Amino acid sequence: MLANLVQFYLARFRINLAVQFQYRVAMGIWMLGLILEPLVYLCVWTSVAKTQGGTVGGFGPGDFAAYYLIMLLVHHACLIWHMFEYDFIIRQGILSNRLLRPIHPIHGDISENITYKVFMLVILLPAFGLLWYLFKPEFHTTVGAVALFPFALLMAGALAFFAGWALAMAAFWTNRTAAVNQAWFVAMFFFSGQAAPLSLLPPWMQDVAFYLPFRWMYSFPIELCLGRLDTRKILHGFGTQALWILGFLIIMNFAWRSGIKRYSASGG
Amino acid sequence: MDSPVVCVEKLSKTYLTPVRPEGLQAAFKSLFNRTTKAVKAVESIGFEIAAGEIVGFLGPNGAGKTTTLKMLSGLLHPTGGMARVLGHDAKRREHAFLRQITLVMGQRNQLVWDIPASDSFALNKKIYNVPDAQFKETLAELTELLELAPLVSKPVRNLSLGERMKCEVAGALLHRPKVLFLDEPTLGLDVTAQRRIREFIKTYNARHNSTVLLTSHYMADVEALAKRVLVIHHGKLLFDGPLADLVTRFSPHKTIILDFEPCERDPANYGTVVKTEAPGRVTLSVPKDQTAAITARLLQDFTVKDLTVEDPSIEEVIEMVFADGTRQETATPSA
Repeated sequence: MLANLVQFYLARFRINLAVQFQYRVAMGIWMLGLILEPLVYLCVWTSVAKTQGGTVGGFGPGDFAAYYLIMLLVHHACLIWHMFEYDFIIRQGILSNRLLRPIHPIHGDISENITYKVFMLVILLPAFGLLWYLFKPEFHTTVGAVALFPFALLMAGALAFFAGWALAMAAFWTNRTAAVNQAWFVAMFFFSGQAAPLSLLPPWMQDVAFYLPFRWMYSFPIELCLGRLDTRKILHGFGTQALWILGFLIIMNFAWRSGIKRYSASGG
Repeated sequence: MDSPVVCVEKLSKTYLTPVRPEGLQAAFKSLFNRTTKAVKAVESIGFEIAAGEIVGFLGPNGAGKTTTLKMLSGLLHPTGGMARVLGHDAKRREHAFLRQITLVMGQRNQLVWDIPASDSFALNKKIYNVPDAQFKETLAELTELLELAPLVSKPVRNLSLGERMKCEVAGALLHRPKVLFLDEPTLGLDVTAQRRIREFIKTYNARHNSTVLLTSHYMADVEALAKRVLVIHHGKLLFDGPLADLVTRFSPHKTIILDFEPCERDPANYGTVVKTEAPGRVTLSVPKDQTAAITARLLQDFTVKDLTVEDPSIEEVIEMVFADGTRQETATPSA
């Protein structure tokens, strides 16, 4: 069973890669957007720090550079687009093709997600190196924290994926999922640590962020990598990530089972 | 006797569709009070199909054919009743069930658009866990039957509709399904491509003793492939039996094509004129039990150059069946 799944993932990986190669320019533009977004925040916050006499809330230009450079990696790991696609996939009946196969459709999406992320490293890593050279980030971290970062990144990627897939299931109930997605991404922008490091936000926003899933996707792995968390907070962070993943797996599973009963397989 | 491969009992599907009168006021009201209407797409139908049978599924647009096929392949959950295929409850979509069936829908793209079909075939091999030897053998067989050799290495987006359809059919059969649900498999294809697909289905069925349920708007497909037909209209099964019986049962008329020397007599006095092609050539529809007598009178009263007696075409009979179904429904509205 597991061997079959591995064979499927390898075959899908080859096909996804072949498809990605067909759309090199589009992928390049997509990637450019992905790099520019944290870059803009970095430039804004660096300017603010300079006008404030060098630091904002303990963050100097070098700290902001480190924060947003790590965010570049986290943003890449947490990127998910399936909630935008499922509206179309369900409405047009494209899901029917996937339902006819003796494999859960999520496996196709996971493999697509992994392929994209691996493929895009070819662009992302040189860009990361170039920005490092230009913005001169300052790290005050430990070897242990850096060693744990890939695990936190992996967990963040998994959390973002399962949360996004659970959100995508909304398309079984409404064909106007754009509004739901918009609300999700606005909340993510403010409460994840994208707009600003969470410690710069008002206390009430920090409290709200603590109980939402977004900071465990973004802020936690970044703060971990920057060496800003003690052992207790690190353990708590991993535990919370695991709980959110479990929670979204349960929601996703429930939504999927209820959703396919409603599915009208329209469009053919 | 072997148990049937497809077993359908009191199968129903009702869709709830939102209803909203036009106008701004109605739009505003619908924000708070949404009303829906139940549309019965399939109403308590039942039939069985034995292993190796090819059955034609006929009905006008919106009759419930595709909905039934989707319930049989597990895509749709029935509102009521049961659909069992190869002993599996279709709606549960168990992997053991999905490995043994296929659903081909005309104009539906299952192959990956940007890469050659051969790559999609390789992926299907992994999905269905087809052993190497069987995969090679099946692919060789499909390549021969569907003449795929020049097509499989081209990106799917560069294929013509007919070429793509052939690849779609091949992709849907690589796992050698025991049951084929074919929904308009020849839709939009030219006559040659239609014939090829038709011949292929026949050969595949003969070689693998597969069970086929086929819908098509082209009666040529049904006549060439199916000995038995199911006729569905407004979600109700109107007929289940041999194609030949459909004509006998639903057409109480025969068609007489008469070529004659024009004269003062009017052919309309001998039957209903269906068509007048030229002054000396008419097509008459006459009651079946009076065909012999009317033919004798025509031969006696006209200078006949040629006379042909035919059953009406299947298309005409089907139209009659649908008209009959509508009349029955009008007479006895369903609860």
